[in-house]
Amino acid sequence: MIVAERKPFTEIKEMLSGYRKILILGCGTCVSVCMAGGEKEVEILASQIRMAFEKENREIEIKEATIQRQCDREFIETIRKMAGEYEAVLSLACGAGVQFVAELLAPLLILPGLNTRFIGVAEAEGVWSERCRACGDCVLSETAGICPVTICAKSLLNGPCGGTRDGKCEVDKDKDCAWTLIYRRLQEGGKLEKMRKIHPPKKHGVRIYPQRQVNEEFKKEVKSEK
Amino acid sequence: MAEFEPKVVAFCCHYCAYSAADLAGSLRLEYPANVRIVKLMCTGRVDASHLLKAFEAGADAVLVAGCEEGDCHFREGNIKAKRRVGYARKLLREAGLEGERLEMFNLGASDAHKFAAAVNEMTERARKLGPNPLRISREHRAKSIEQRAKRTRAPGTRAPEKPNERS
Repeated sequence: MIVAERKPFTEIKEMLSGYRKILILGCGTCVSVCMAGGEKEVEILASQIRMAFEKENREIEIKEATIQRQCDREFIETIRKMAGEYEAVLSLACGAGVQFVAELLAPLLILPGLNTRFIGVAEAEGVWSERCRACGDCVLSETAGICPVTICAKSLLNGPCGGTRDGKCEVDKDKDCAWTLIYRRLQEGGKLEKMRKIHPPKKHGVRIYPQRQVNEEFKKEVKSEK
Repeated sequence: MAEFEPKVVAFCCHYCAYSAADLAGSLRLEYPANVRIVKLMCTGRVDASHLLKAFEAGADAVLVAGCEEGDCHFREGNIKAKRRVGYARKLLREAGLEGERLEMFNLGASDAHKFAAAVNEMTERARKLGPNPLRISREHRAKSIEQRAKRTRAPGTRAPEKPNERS
């Protein structure tokens, strides 16, 4: 999932200065799971903003809403009419969601309420950690299911650097050395020979950003007007 | 500031604090009459949004009263509540309200005295801190609206009567 965290309250408050009627829009998928921008977080933030503004004798009208996904056209369409009644939308989605809502509801102003962190997993209750850097060329079959691009601080593809010490990383002594983890897991599985494989450098240069994915099989034909 | 009677909201667990509050009544223990009790099956039901909404509605202090740690009927509801109370305090401070207005207490079903003491403590705290800042700004706003109305009213005309003042 995409892991995000809420922006500091002071920053959100600053962003909202000058607006008197806003819509706080939650996203019901990734950011709901990582407890940053779901229905509950919308409720809490709205309550905080109302109290902070009221304390300063500032007027603000807040509408709370949460859609299933802010990265899908059909869900955004459901709030189009309602959103039009507000001066701005404070979106509690990841950066992708914020941009798609902004694109579809333009020229309505969309403000981001979250800082998007990474693609990760729920390691434990309340703890999330990065697992994928979206490099576009997965090597997990060769590295015992541990991503060296993400877990290694230097994203090394061919074994550890000289800074590995007692299974820890020289960049941060609290972090595990990715290649020690890979070595140990390959050893457990009797696949240590995979360590000998030399991975050529990734072709980062040929990737063009922003990226796009088209599945021709599922693409809807757009009829030309003739 | 003139002495005011604080409004306290108490979120009470059915298995302990609610019974303790009941017992406090039976024992004729004295505790402020301005406490509003919200009964829950477990303090584990308490969410930060409930606590914030109590303050938004004008509570001067809020307390969450659950079982002693290790005694929760649902094993760890009170532990979860304690963490949520801590989180809600942080949220309150961000919004500009004092975190001390919110507190978690642990007590047993027979601790009527402890319940009364908890309510007394929160009432005292609210008295020291003064009314919920939102209540002050609401009153201030109401007054300024009234003054504005007075200024713009044509001479010789009367203020419209408020519906609740008629009876």
